[in-house]
Amino acid sequence: MSEKELDIAYLSRLAALRINEKELHRAKEDLGRIIQMIEAMRAVDTDGIEPLAHPLEAGQRLREDRVSESPDPEALQAGAPLVREGFYLVPRVVE
Amino acid sequence: MQDPFLEITELRAMLSRGECTALELCELYLSRIERLNPELNCFLSVHQDSARDAAKQADKRIAEGETAPLLGIPIAHKDLFCTKGQVTTCGSKILDRWRAPYDATVVERLARAGAVVLGKCNMDEFAMGSSNENSAYGAVGNPWDTSRVTGGSSGGSAACVAAGLAPASTGTDTGGSIRQPASLCGVTGVRPTYGRVSRFGMIAFASSLDQAGPITRSAFDAALMLHAMAGFDSKDSTSAERGVEDFEQLISERLALPSEPLCIGIPREYFHSLASKSYERALDAARSEFEGLGMRIKEVSLPSTDAAIPAYYVLASSEASSNLSRFDGVRYGHRTEMADSLEELYAGSRSEGFGAEVKRRILTGTYCLSYGYYDAYYKKAMRVRRVIRDEFARAFEDVDLLLTPASPGVAFKRGELASDHIAMYQQDCYTTPAALAGQPSLSIPCGMDEGLPLGMQLIGAHFADSLILRVAHAYQQATDWHKRTPCLTLG
Repeated sequence: MSEKELDIAYLSRLAALRINEKELHRAKEDLGRIIQMIEAMRAVDTDGIEPLAHPLEAGQRLREDRVSESPDPEALQAGAPLVREGFYLVPRVVE
Repeated sequence: MQDPFLEITELRAMLSRGECTALELCELYLSRIERLNPELNCFLSVHQDSARDAAKQADKRIAEGETAPLLGIPIAHKDLFCTKGQVTTCGSKILDRWRAPYDATVVERLARAGAVVLGKCNMDEFAMGSSNENSAYGAVGNPWDTSRVTGGSSGGSAACVAAGLAPASTGTDTGGSIRQPASLCGVTGVRPTYGRVSRFGMIAFASSLDQAGPITRSAFDAALMLHAMAGFDSKDSTSAERGVEDFEQLISERLALPSEPLCIGIPREYFHSLASKSYERALDAARSEFEGLGMRIKEVSLPSTDAAIPAYYVLASSEASSNLSRFDGVRYGHRTEMADSLEELYAGSRSEGFGAEVKRRILTGTYCLSYGYYDAYYKKAMRVRRVIRDEFARAFEDVDLLLTPASPGVAFKRGELASDHIAMYQQDCYTTPAALAGQPSLSIPCGMDEGLPLGMQLIGAHFADSLILRVAHAYQQATDWHKRTPCLTLG
């Protein structure tokens, strides 16, 4: 998938976004320009440099797996678009 | 009691002396919001009732002799912090009318400190933007010239302090979202060391970069806000295991400079692309001011500075593409009505709910993380990140802090960069390096150009948050740029 052959349909499927025919050209052009801009970082010599994921290189802190709070499920689901009997409803997945 | 541009310290002294009540203060700002917000669009929601209740509570505590520095002080939150039972949109249609079921740690801590929340501030959608024009609820007018942008993404937070609609606000900074709008609006904005302020209850954009901080009228006020906001939080797995003792000491010493003389580094790479001579002159004058305060100035080099924007856009977009996958139309937020399958539900809800810039960043991140490109982009960017961080570390072996411009120029016209997203991304060229490296940094006003404020940035070594605040305070004691206020006509 070089810059010239950016497969927006494939990327939008991965990203769960719908890009219609009209938006496709613009999206390809925009992403192409961003990738071109990003390429500038290649000028930095990173041979032998380890990737840095956390700016202070702190490790992931783990904690004991215990209940710390018991929020009201109804309050948590109050903002959900479609709920019945405590379940989130979605279109049928299995026939 | 008519001056809405007083600092927290001045307001708090008036409250203590009984010259005004917290309720009167609250009413002053609420009435200004009512009159000025229709034009400025700083606030997405105003919490009149809960603000008045909190102010009455504060008055009771003050009457009982409590002296906490934020007790009774009105503030505003960026609409990215979850506020229990209140609408939290993150500037997006996908969270239109969504009410958070819990408070962010920052919100909880400021409430405990007695601050009175006036409402929630406008912002670029999901904090992605440098002009606040990416908000689904409209851009914010810069109080100095409403035809210009405020910067972003914490545009509403910066503008409301600049316009005297609140004495202080909270913001978040992923690549410059506190410092750049603070610079464009002529206020003080602080991005603390990564991990100093809890991210719990902040709607995530790029978790390895996101950091909350205060926007205020002075460095002293920022210290007061940070003292309340910062500190270890077990609910945030990247929270630094540090207390707030250094902020306590900072405040008790009234932000005095350390006794040994300081050395300020000037990284030459930050001065190549300044837009105007006036900005150069303003920064030169700041330099002389620091010399006058007994500090040494030394030129330093951070050679990989230009790679910060590319690396930032790879990392931030990659993290965003993952973080924003939670918005799927199932558990919260907007849900499409046009879906027969689960896939259509996801894609339809997201496509209807997200704005153009958010989609662009998600696609960029998806590309960078996709099969065959991970090493070339994501891993490479993480390597560049280490190079940038190491360059900062080396610089701090020689100097105590760095002085740079905070933005390429003054606030630009609304719409000026709207069609050129690459030019818009470059607005953060001076703020992304410190964000990638996790350095504490702040922006304070240092001059004016044609009636618009200019900001300078101070960058410190990791956990030297107090030091940059001390230096900013010393500058603000010697100058009055931070005291300037825009001329706003009350409608």
